Amino acid sequence: MATRTIQGQKNLQNINQASKDGIGGSPLRPDGNLKVRGEFAYSSDLWHEDMLWGMALRSPHPRANILSVDISEALKVPGVYAVLTHEDIPGSKYYGLEIRDQPVLAIDKIRYHGEAIALVAADHPETARRAVKKIKVEYEVLTPIVTEEQCLDPETHGYVHEPHEYKSHAYGNICHEQKLVSGLGVTDEVRAMADVIVSGDYEVGMQDQAFLGPESGLAVPAEDGGIDLYIATQWLHVDREQMAPVLDLPEEKVRLTLAGVGGAFGGREDISMQIHACLLAQHTDKPVKIVYSRDESFYGHVHRHPARMHYEHGATRDGKLVFADCRIVLDGGAYASASPAVVGNAASLGHGPYVIPNVKMHAIALYSNNPSCGAMRGFGAVQAAFGYESQMDKLAAELGMDPVELRQLNAMSEGDFMPTGQQIDSPAPVVELLQRAKDMPLPPPLDTEHLDVRALPGALSNTSHGEGIVRGVGYSVGIKNVGFSEGFDDYSTARVRLEVIGGEPVAMVHTAMAEVGQGGVTVHAQIVRTELGVEQVTIHPANTEVGSAGSTSASRQTYMTGGAVKLAAEAVGRALIEKGRRRYGWTHQDITLAGGKVVSESAGVLVPMVDLLGDEAIDLTREHHHRPTQAFDKETGQGFGHVQYTFCANRAVVDVDVELGLVKVVELTAVQDVGKALNPLSVVGQIQGGCTQALGLAVMEEIIVRDGKVRNASFTDYLIPTILDTPPIPVDVLELPDPHAPYGLRGVGEAPTVSATPSIVAAIRNATGLALNRIPVRPEHLTTEQPG
Amino acid sequence: MEFLRPATWDEALAAKAEYPTALPIAGGTDVMVELNFDVHRPSAILDLNRVTELTEWTNDGSVVRLGASVPYARIISELSGPLPGLALAAHTVGSPQIRNRGGVGGNLGAASPAGDSHPALLAAGRDVHVEAASVRGTRLIPIDEFYVGVKRNCLEADELIRAVHVPVADGPQQFSKIGTRNAMVIAVCAFGFALHPKNGTVGTGIGSAAPTPRRAVEAEEYLQGVLAERGLWESGELLGTEVVQRFGELVKAAASPIDDVRGTADYRRHALAVMARRTLTWCWNDYGKQIRSAA
Repeated sequence: MATRTIQGQKNLQNINQASKDGIGGSPLRPDGNLKVRGEFAYSSDLWHEDMLWGMALRSPHPRANILSVDISEALKVPGVYAVLTHEDIPGSKYYGLEIRDQPVLAIDKIRYHGEAIALVAADHPETARRAVKKIKVEYEVLTPIVTEEQCLDPETHGYVHEPHEYKSHAYGNICHEQKLVSGLGVTDEVRAMADVIVSGDYEVGMQDQAFLGPESGLAVPAEDGGIDLYIATQWLHVDREQMAPVLDLPEEKVRLTLAGVGGAFGGREDISMQIHACLLAQHTDKPVKIVYSRDESFYGHVHRHPARMHYEHGATRDGKLVFADCRIVLDGGAYASASPAVVGNAASLGHGPYVIPNVKMHAIALYSNNPSCGAMRGFGAVQAAFGYESQMDKLAAELGMDPVELRQLNAMSEGDFMPTGQQIDSPAPVVELLQRAKDMPLPPPLDTEHLDVRALPGALSNTSHGEGIVRGVGYSVGIKNVGFSEGFDDYSTARVRLEVIGGEPVAMVHTAMAEVGQGGVTVHAQIVRTELGVEQVTIHPANTEVGSAGSTSASRQTYMTGGAVKLAAEAVGRALIEKGRRRYGWTHQDITLAGGKVVSESAGVLVPMVDLLGDEAIDLTREHHHRPTQAFDKETGQGFGHVQYTFCANRAVVDVDVELGLVKVVELTAVQDVGKALNPLSVVGQIQGGCTQALGLAVMEEIIVRDGKVRNASFTDYLIPTILDTPPIPVDVLELPDPHAPYGLRGVGEAPTVSATPSIVAAIRNATGLALNRIPVRPEHLTTEQPG
Repeated sequence: MEFLRPATWDEALAAKAEYPTALPIAGGTDVMVELNFDVHRPSAILDLNRVTELTEWTNDGSVVRLGASVPYARIISELSGPLPGLALAAHTVGSPQIRNRGGVGGNLGAASPAGDSHPALLAAGRDVHVEAASVRGTRLIPIDEFYVGVKRNCLEADELIRAVHVPVADGPQQFSKIGTRNAMVIAVCAFGFALHPKNGTVGTGIGSAAPTPRRAVEAEEYLQGVLAERGLWESGELLGTEVVQRFGELVKAAASPIDDVRGTADYRRHALAVMARRTLTWCWNDYGKQIRSAA
């Protein structure tokens, strides 16, 4: 006995060392080098023998009646195989993420600039383009309904959708609304309890996801009458759910495989060219590829909701918040997309990570003739954070308090209640996040002795040699939910297979998770290495042959599909051990898997997995469901609505050329609690990426829409940060486990996008003394025409 | 669409004479964007990339003859001494990839008011000329007369841009450009400024703030007057705030900008005044130092 134990310990010293590429390690992305070298195959690189090219005719008007569509000339173009309108759709003519209110191809009406009217399939993209131009559409052009005032007065300005067509709780031109009241609400009596009241009107422009890989995919008709679609998307199964009824096919005959995704950020949650390509493929019985051009991409996906917000905060003289009242108006554009959920987020998270005894909130999304808006990283929490964090700075100034101290004084922590009545039942280290952001060393002041123009606002545009430069510092903190909310069961499925290949135990992970850059493929392999004690893990292509993995959004994939992979791997591990017990009659209660072997803590190596498995594979599929949530009450907003909360604090340091209104962000610090960093390198990358996207919203990114028309559908004029705009982003990561989550992890990707924007604006305010109630902040806002 | 690939300059001129609507392409940094966005659908494209003499420059000590296709990257690395204003402007063009492909010939051919080289060329002196050629012969077009409207120049249909002649700098030159991000940006507005002590003139160029690139003639005349009257060319003494301010105001007044997605007219006027004051100050400080160190 004694000998065996010693032997066992000896063996275990080598074996029980956790894989460096398991969870907590930072193995590199499998696609990283390929992407950097330009060798990664994106969905736009797909190719098939004899394939046709699909293209859409899009409306130049934001609002019009279609009087006639004449496709006869287009059909005559040599090389054209099909020209389709809504009349050619075999099944349902509508689709939509939450509400099926969007026609696949316009039916009699145009509701936004760029709406698709007809489709062409041709043997060459140039042929398709020429044919599209030969489609004759007769329009009755109408005055678009584009402002809040116009939308809310349908008697005068009309309806975007006829009320009898509403497929949801919409009324007027309001697509969705959510009210919320907590404590005593906000009444005159409550207002009287506050020593100080600050209010403000804030505006957020329309940000775009600006992914670099345009919408693209390849639809291949199959012999069974079904269709195979290779597609860059965020959620294979929800695409299929919307596609099958339009194609008049049972879901099992609509098979989707994920193609290389060139960025998503929410912009691929909705259907873009999926149905169009399949309709053309069905009609021609040939493979059809569609790749959007850059300008078409700007028309072809939803954007972040522009917002107009009114906030009022009351506090005692010593800085304790007494009440907060807020109205958030989100412009949802022509179709619902994710507007209802965005409204739910804005309403439930719109007061920030603060304890406020009395709260009132009214959030609405409008139907308008502006471009449709839906999911984008931060999802309703981004707009609100600009409002409540601007208010915190305003209140601190009014009270003569330090803005960080004011925030800390009112910060929520574990055990506190959200305005929805939901108790925060895992760590909420808001005070500490702010403190750490504040305590980080500040970057050195501008070196005026040895000026490098690249470090100044304007950089090599050579606008300043030090003149007009003023430094500013700003702070912010934000709150974001993780996972789908309001009673939705957004479960994930994972299949793990363990078998012997080439004399080694090899695990395969099969999910329908869309890898859009978040690093799920890396994390899945890490989880399996840790759970099964094998080094070799392969990732099966994501497709609809396995159950849904839910959406790659809402910071949820590591939590949800990672959780499913963990469950499946654990099940495979248990099955393997059970197999050993049956075969060898083990009675040990301390069996684990490590180093490719079945191991007993006390008895050492029991058997190599290779021997135990032989030619048999263990192949198991598991679903992971998060704890159930509840819908918010329509009037009071009360309910256990969210799965998990995540927090990030930022400090921004900026140099502003106050004469020219040019901004250089010098440093953008982020401090975030991630529960458990499964892959620390990826976690830091996500936080830095999220901060950079927030920087874009703060100082440059906006789709300019005038009278319903998009004016800058190109990367020439829709500007995203370059490396010269992107500052060093020091990241401080906390790991305070959430007991409800797999490994205690907390979703990472969105919180910095929520919190970083207001810190940059606060820093610009600090440098300029201007109010700045609109983002993105433009040079003219700092010089010639300060808004508000 | 015809695709013409002449091997020599003479073949290029012959091709342009035969296909006067052919769109010349060199680096393609402008033409290809317009084609991709389906803005233009030219009947023919005239590829000048085989005409290697267009990528050469010469300097006879007083004038640089800059081939139309010399890329911006080489203007920066090889010509920042004789053509400092143009080299500064070249720094602000697009990305490294764009600067490796694009050149001044394309900027002149497109004649966009937002082209980065125009303000530097306008400021570089009265003797800047565009060398345009056709099978009928060669003419030197003064840069002021070259731009005739929004994205229009005075070239005849059968003409091609062979080179631009720019006097070697005899004094400090500066270039500033406003963009809403810190790199890779089309100008919201831009300003070029140069001192020409040899003939006692100054040069200005305004970009993206009028239908065409243009000089701020009154500002130039005002400043030349002050410099001459007060003997400042000789003394190199400070200009004083009033002169700098007035110069900025006159530059501002010379612009006729519009509101568009890149910026407002008011902001453009404002920024031009600031850039004019700053570039004048930088140039004059450098000039003053030269005078004092020579004394």
